[in-house]
This record gives sequence, C-alpha cells and structure tokens, in this order.
Amino acid sequence: MGLKTKDLVGIKGLDRDDIELILETASGFKDVLGRDIKKVPALRGKTTVNLFYEPSTRTRTSFELAAKRLSTDVINISVSTSSIVKGETLQDTALTVQALGADFIIVRHACSGVPHFLAPRLKASVVNAGDGTNEHPTQALLDLFTIREKRGKIEGLDVAIVGDILHSRVAKSNIYALKKLGARVRLIGPPTLVPRELGELGVEIYSDMDRGLEDVDIIMMLRIQMERQGKGFFPSTVEYFRNWGLTKNRADRAKKDAVVMHPGPMNRGVEIASDVADGKRSVILDQVTNGLAVRMAVLYLLGGVRG
Amino acid sequence: MKVFIQNGHLVDPRQGIDGICDIYIEGGRIQKVRKKKNPAVRSARLPGYRVIDAAGMYVLPGLIDLHVHLREPGYEYKETIRTGTEAAARGGFTAVCCMPNTRPVNDNASVTEFILSRARNEGTCTVLPIGAISKGQKGEELAEFTLMHEAGCVAFSDDGRPVMDSLLMRRALEYSRVHDLPIISHCEDLALAGGGVMNEGLLSVTLGLRGIPAQAEEIMVSRDISLAELTGGRLHIAHVSTAGSVAAVRAAKKRGLAAVTAETCPHYFSITEEAVREYDANAKVNPPLRRKTDVEAIREGLLDGTIDVIATDHAPHHRDEKEGEFDLAPSGISGLETAVGLAMKLVANGMLSMTTLVEKMAVNPARIVGSGGGTVAPGTDADLVIIDPRREYRVDAEKFASKGRNTPFGGWVLPAVPVATIWKGKVYSWE
Repeated sequence: MGLKTKDLVGIKGLDRDDIELILETASGFKDVLGRDIKKVPALRGKTTVNLFYEPSTRTRTSFELAAKRLSTDVINISVSTSSIVKGETLQDTALTVQALGADFIIVRHACSGVPHFLAPRLKASVVNAGDGTNEHPTQALLDLFTIREKRGKIEGLDVAIVGDILHSRVAKSNIYALKKLGARVRLIGPPTLVPRELGELGVEIYSDMDRGLEDVDIIMMLRIQMERQGKGFFPSTVEYFRNWGLTKNRADRAKKDAVVMHPGPMNRGVEIASDVADGKRSVILDQVTNGLAVRMAVLYLLGGVRG
Repeated sequence: MKVFIQNGHLVDPRQGIDGICDIYIEGGRIQKVRKKKNPAVRSARLPGYRVIDAAGMYVLPGLIDLHVHLREPGYEYKETIRTGTEAAARGGFTAVCCMPNTRPVNDNASVTEFILSRARNEGTCTVLPIGAISKGQKGEELAEFTLMHEAGCVAFSDDGRPVMDSLLMRRALEYSRVHDLPIISHCEDLALAGGGVMNEGLLSVTLGLRGIPAQAEEIMVSRDISLAELTGGRLHIAHVSTAGSVAAVRAAKKRGLAAVTAETCPHYFSITEEAVREYDANAKVNPPLRRKTDVEAIREGLLDGTIDVIATDHAPHHRDEKEGEFDLAPSGISGLETAVGLAMKLVANGMLSMTTLVEKMAVNPARIVGSGGGTVAPGTDADLVIIDPRREYRVDAEKFASKGRNTPFGGWVLPAVPVATIWKGKVYSWE
C-alpha cells in the first residue's frame, strides 16, 4: 500500500483510500511526537527544500519540523514576489533546486496551479503548501485528522466552513476532502465571498450565520485577509464581525459537543471572538500539533513512492 | 508566371460558382474561369503554364483574416511580419489585417507606413493594417484616422484594450464615418472582468483562478450596439465568445442595424473552458474559452448569419511567456495555421457548408474592410487557396511557420489542410 503518485498537489486528485492511508499513517507519527525522542530515521539522507514564494511562518515551520523529525536535511528558500518578476523563471528555479539534490520540494506560491506545473517537470516529489486560491491539501488533511480525533468519525458529520470561501485554498481543499469522506458541508459567508457555483458540488450555502450554524458538529473558521478590505467584498471589519464573526452565542447554536477550528493566524475580533478562540470548544492548537504528524505522513508516504 | 489549376472544386459565392472548374492565371490576375462539363476529361497541355492538378480538392478565394497580431514593430521575439505572413500563407490566407498593439502602437501614419514597407519587402500575403482608435491605445483621445487611412489603414481598433470611455467610443464611431471605415471593438468591461484569467464559473472557482463573467463581454457588446445606433457608425465586434453576445448581435441585426457586423474565432467554436483544467496557459486567451452552451450558440450564430466572420485573433507569444504561472502568462493563441482545419471540422460535421465557410473567411471580411478579394472573378488579383479535404492534418506546433507555438490544439487531427496558397499569382505550396 502506498500513494499512487510521487506528488501531493491537491485533494482533488486523491481518492478516499489515499486520504485514509495518510490519516492512518499520521496516527502512527502522532504517537512518535508524544515520545521523549521525537525523531525517526525513516528518510535519513534525503533532502527537503521549502520553496516558498509567499511569506509563511506556520506552514513552513511545520513542514520544516516534520521533515527534520523524519531525519531529512532541510533547506528553506524564500523567493520574494518582486524578484520573480525580473528574476529567473519558476521552472529554472525549481530545476536548480532539484539539481542541488532535493528529493522533496515543498512549494507555496501566490499563483494557483504552480505545483501542478512543476510536478510533471521534476523528478523530485512536489508537495503543495498552498497555491494561490486553489488548494492547501496538507491543511485539509490535518483538519480531517483533528475532526476524527475529536469526534471519532467524519462520515455523516455536519461541517460549517465560515468566511472568505472564494479566496481560501484551505476552504477549497476542505470541501473536497470532507465530501470525499462523506461529511455534509455548509458554506457560510457574504455572497461576495461565497461563490454560488460551489452549490453544484453538493454543499449548502448560507449568508445567515445563525441559521447556517444550527446543529453542526464542526465550525471551521477562515482567516479574513485584511487586503480584501476596501475591495468591495464587505464594507468594514466591524460589519463583517456583526454578520459573520464567531461569538459564543453563535457557537452555541451548533451541537453541544461541536468543536471550533481555525487554520490560523487568527484575526481576533474580526472573524472570531477571543472567548471562543480560547474557549472549551476550540481545538485550534490541536490542529497545529496534528499538522506535524500529517506532514510527516505525507513526506513518508511520498518517500515510499520514490523508493 | 502563368498558372493553370485544373479540375478543382471552386466555391465562389460572389460568382455563384460551386462546381468543378479550370482556372487560368496570368500576370498575377485571374485570366479565365471555365466550368467543366465533364471533369473526367483532362484538359489539353498548356505550354508555358504551371499546371496544378486540383482534382478532388477545393479551390477557394484566398482567405482574409480580419484579426491577427503580427507583433512587428516591437515584439519581434514573438512574431515578425515575415513569419506572420508566412504562417498566414500556410494557413490559406492571402490577406491579413494586423492589429495596432505593437510597440510603438500603430496610431499614426509613419508606423502604418513602416508595417506596409516591411510587408512589401518580406511579406507572403497582403497586409492590411488596422490603426488605433486612440493615441497610444490609451483610450483618451482619437488617433489620426484620416492620415492613417491615407497611409493604408483599413479599420480602427484598440484591440487588446477596450475603449472604456463611452463618449470616446461614440466619437470614434461618428468620426470614422468620414471614411466609412469600421471600428473594431474589443468588448470587455475591464472593471467587471476584475483581472480575471479564465471564464467565471464552477471551474474557475475550483481551479482557484479569477474568473471573467460572460457579462463583462456582453455589457460592452450591448453598449457598442447602442452607440452604433446612436451614431450611424460602422461597428465590427471582435472575437465574440458568449451566447449572450450572439443574442445581442442577432437582435441588433433584426432591428435592421446593417452597420453592425461580428466575428468569432475557431477556438470559440471548437473548445470550452475545460481546456484550461490542467493550467495549460496555451489555452489562456482573452476573451476566455467559455462553456458548451456558448460554443453551441456561436455555431448557431455562424449558421444563421448573426456572426459574419471567422477570424483567427492570431496572437503569437514566446514559449517562455506561456511556460510557467498561469496567472502571469499573456493571453492568446497562435491561430493562423489551424483555422482552416478547425473550420473544415465544422464542414465535416455538417454544421457549415463550404459556401458559408467561404463567406465567413473571405467574402465578408473583404466586404467589411473594403479590401477587394473574396472572389476568383476574372480580372481580379489571383488570390486563391487549394484545400485537400481528404488529407488529415495532425497539428504539430513545432512545425508552425509562426514563431508562436502557443496552441491548445497540439496533437489534434484536423480533417483538411491547405496544400497550396496562391497570392497575386505566386504559388506557395507544401507538397
């Protein structure tokens, strides 16, 4: 058993078996992370390159730690957007990194489709760490892992994803992943940021958050990008919070044992109230820990494909 | 040189000919067209003539492309007048209208003269320049229509950029009446297009690519039709891509607006937005590839006469520009060398007659820009194309004469291919 491809470019290309395998493998690595010595020699001698075209602290750190815990050597490369305009092409940079001996190239880029472009052109395994507004597959996998850990299952659960769906690669990957595993998905947010077309995928769309949260098992909040302000998507962050901010009262419309998730970094007081973020429903820090286990699983399994 | 084309199936709607003919060419002009009563009879040997046996093939008036980007001056790394006209000849075109978005912009007579002088020296088909509507294509003030017309421009367009200012568009449609020349409009509401890179819909959302709604085109099509009505100017709508645009043009024609014409391109009647699913920037084009319903509406529009012209919007780009981030790749398809094959696919599927094809690709374009051509009548320039409908053509961009290898049709097998193009009596053939 293993993954079918050398790359992880998105959830769209995975089937249910692939996802189950990754989650199961992650479960083993979660145990490792609970030990005193948190490192295994599985990928010793391999090289991981974090090729980040967008600033990132959390995802890059998580991948870096995951790779180190598998005993690979890790290099971080940050390419600023200004230098791609006048600098070398995407393909040249990626081939250069590969020529240096990278086995895994973890790529984040502001343009959708970049991992898809690179994957067939490289021998190295390409892992998508977020491409434009397309996908962020490892985030969805760690979210699934966390849901299953907290609720024991995914199938049949009602999951509400709240916020800027249009621009959120986290939301996209989660929609595909949750549907593949049999959850029911509701999307909640301003109509300017929740494309109606997504209804064709069999999800429910709400602009009324109070109605949308009724009896859900999982509340998944998204970060509102501050740069969306002043672009006409919503009039102000104050009004946004009024309509779509997660307050304690609103969270209580969900099931009694519902959990609250957020991929971080949070805008407290914009999309989520502090008492909810820090409250008993919150599993936000569990998500971070689980991210490590899931990313270890992904690298480990892709390493297996590569042999 | 004297040329004799025998036993070809001539389709020339202007002369009412649709049958086997012998065609005599002398001094670069059509000397005589003789209908064959018995095609089985080979004609007598003609001393001094180059004889082309076109039995089983179509002979058509040379095709005229209302919409190409030759890129020279300024973007010679993408295409030159030499390579662009060679691609045109390969594609069966004997005349191309070149858009003004060069560097510098063709917004004055000296740039027009430069293009025409290059074409005279290096061209392998007639080049008909289109001047800019506004100086620098900035959409602010009108360019010198009369001076450009005197230098050889046959129409005006800010193609690549819409004229967003409705008042300026009004003035352009009014002022162009002085020479009775068409204004060719690139219809796109830039604000509504919102920096999009593909058609808006479920696919754009799930690819994470910014979408351009059909309405960004349709609003401007409707605006420009209204302005044509207001001004009595001649309006030609470029690259129609949506069902709504087809409906708007159809309604305008029904109201009797004879001064409105429209074109579409082979990619809009051949493929849908599905072509970008794998982030293939060779399928990135503006307006974007749309949906199946739009493709069907465009075919319907071609059939019922709503759409007058098939143009290529030949937009060659360098490989390096198309290889990489989809968002950053320039829009455009290198279209000259696949247009006939794609149109012949419609013919092969019974969706278009040969007569209609000739009307859309020769007769109507000639009428719209008043260029002459579009017929094989005795006394006119000997501009013809010979197409072999029995010869399948496998598209291989690496073999294009154009420098632009950017096509989403690579590997497609098309049902027919031009085997010879004759321009002013000169024969270009690839056999």
